[in-house]
Amino acid sequence: MGIFVSDTEKNHPLKAAFNLLLLCVALVVLFWLALSRIGVAFDFSFLPALRGRLWAGFLMTVGLSLASMVVSLFLGIVSAAAQSARVLILRYLAKLYVTFIRGTPLIMQIYLFFYIVGTALGIENRFVCGVLILSIFEGAYISEIIRGSLLSMDETQLEAAKAVGFTRRQTVSLVILPQLVARTLPALTGQFASIIKDSSLLSVIAVIELTQTMREISAVNFKLFECYLFLGVLYLLLTLPVSLMSKQLERRFAFAS
Amino acid sequence: MRLEMRGLWKTFDLSGRAGRAGRSGHSGADPDYDYSRGHDQKTYVLRDINFDDDIKTLALIGRSGCGKSTLLRILGGLIPASGGTAVVDGHRAVDHENYRKKIGFVFQQGGLFSHLSAWENITLPLIKVHGFAGERARARAHELLERFGLIQEADKKPSQLSGGQKQRIAIARAVAPKPGMLLLDEPTSALDPEYTTEVLNMIRELKKENLSFIIATHEMGFALHACEKVAFLCEGRIMEYGASKEVFAKPATAALAEFLSKLLEWKV
Repeated sequence: MGIFVSDTEKNHPLKAAFNLLLLCVALVVLFWLALSRIGVAFDFSFLPALRGRLWAGFLMTVGLSLASMVVSLFLGIVSAAAQSARVLILRYLAKLYVTFIRGTPLIMQIYLFFYIVGTALGIENRFVCGVLILSIFEGAYISEIIRGSLLSMDETQLEAAKAVGFTRRQTVSLVILPQLVARTLPALTGQFASIIKDSSLLSVIAVIELTQTMREISAVNFKLFECYLFLGVLYLLLTLPVSLMSKQLERRFAFAS
Repeated sequence: MRLEMRGLWKTFDLSGRAGRAGRSGHSGADPDYDYSRGHDQKTYVLRDINFDDDIKTLALIGRSGCGKSTLLRILGGLIPASGGTAVVDGHRAVDHENYRKKIGFVFQQGGLFSHLSAWENITLPLIKVHGFAGERARARAHELLERFGLIQEADKKPSQLSGGQKQRIAIARAVAPKPGMLLLDEPTSALDPEYTTEVLNMIRELKKENLSFIIATHEMGFALHACEKVAFLCEGRIMEYGASKEVFAKPATAALAEFLSKLLEWKV
């Protein structure tokens, strides 16, 4: 039984490899059994011919995610600051924003903003619309990440900054910001992976990103399984490196906890 | 070094956060403060402190909550007094960085910047606050770390250091710019006895080079042997003050006699 049970913090690489292999074999067998029951034979041969459209969709997803990351970071910072503002209207606005966005599904927000707010404001460009909607959604989560780090700042650190004679400005730039970045960066990077995945829902307002491209393709050739499996692989290509980076940052900034 | 205090007092709001407010110095502008409870619920932490003497080394003793920390924080310019004045070495104690940079301050714990190495903790204030050139700041940090046997820990972050090492580096940081006065707020209260000794040894060592300090402490042996003067605080007042040997040998008040006898109860 010893080879199946984790005994130390770092398991022997052979032991890890053996267990991983076993798991993979089991998963493949399970998947294969399920597929053979419903009688599907995979055929990915249609993919190369569509690489132009897939690439365009892939780039659109990357572009949407990057732009949304920037805008949502801005919204998150503003909202986190507003939540502790002295002006009550600002504080309540920020709280309302975070509560509403975090308490409702993204798909409902997409329809609401696109058909009502978007139409009212006359925003025609779907990319701009998509980025705005996604940023408003993710901004609420980022706001909570930043607020959490701000709240977890040790007050002794601020007092120490005073004690060594730092000015307010120096305290912000030499103590608060570096510590805040160290605390939020791993979580923010993780949030970026969420943005990439959440951008798939923009397909419902026909932003031609990766998921929408796949939907269109599968609607024509009916190869649903192949299309969505490949779609999953493409998203993993994007999100796995981001998750790894988040882990790495967490390790690098471990001093902050 | 002349220490002068006239009619010094300090109150905190009694909103259940009084103690915390005192420690952190963030006594105002709390967004969640419950204003329905009114403004009249104040608690006096210090009342009518009057003091005028030349001091070299002074120990502040007294029960927890007697006002030692608050007094040190006012003298260090970390929090403003509610009323009265304090003058340290000719400079009036005010809540301003120009005053604070003349004073060294060591906290009970957690005073080192957690994102900086021991090395940077010492050099950064020297460069940014005291206008040292990088080279000179490094030389000063090296000198202090070397002297107190901390040079091996120079590149470590506080989370990698022992409690005693952290406190000694915090003291090194505080004395690096050669302040007129060093204030230590229970620097060994969070430490094991072994680390306590190494920190107290370091302070005694610094005393030899004419460093003036005020230390709030529960280490009566240190107050007696390493500090020339001692002040006993009780309920926000200085109840007794004098040469350490005399105060400890002949407590004039029942409060001090009781305080000392309680401390001695479990001594070997």
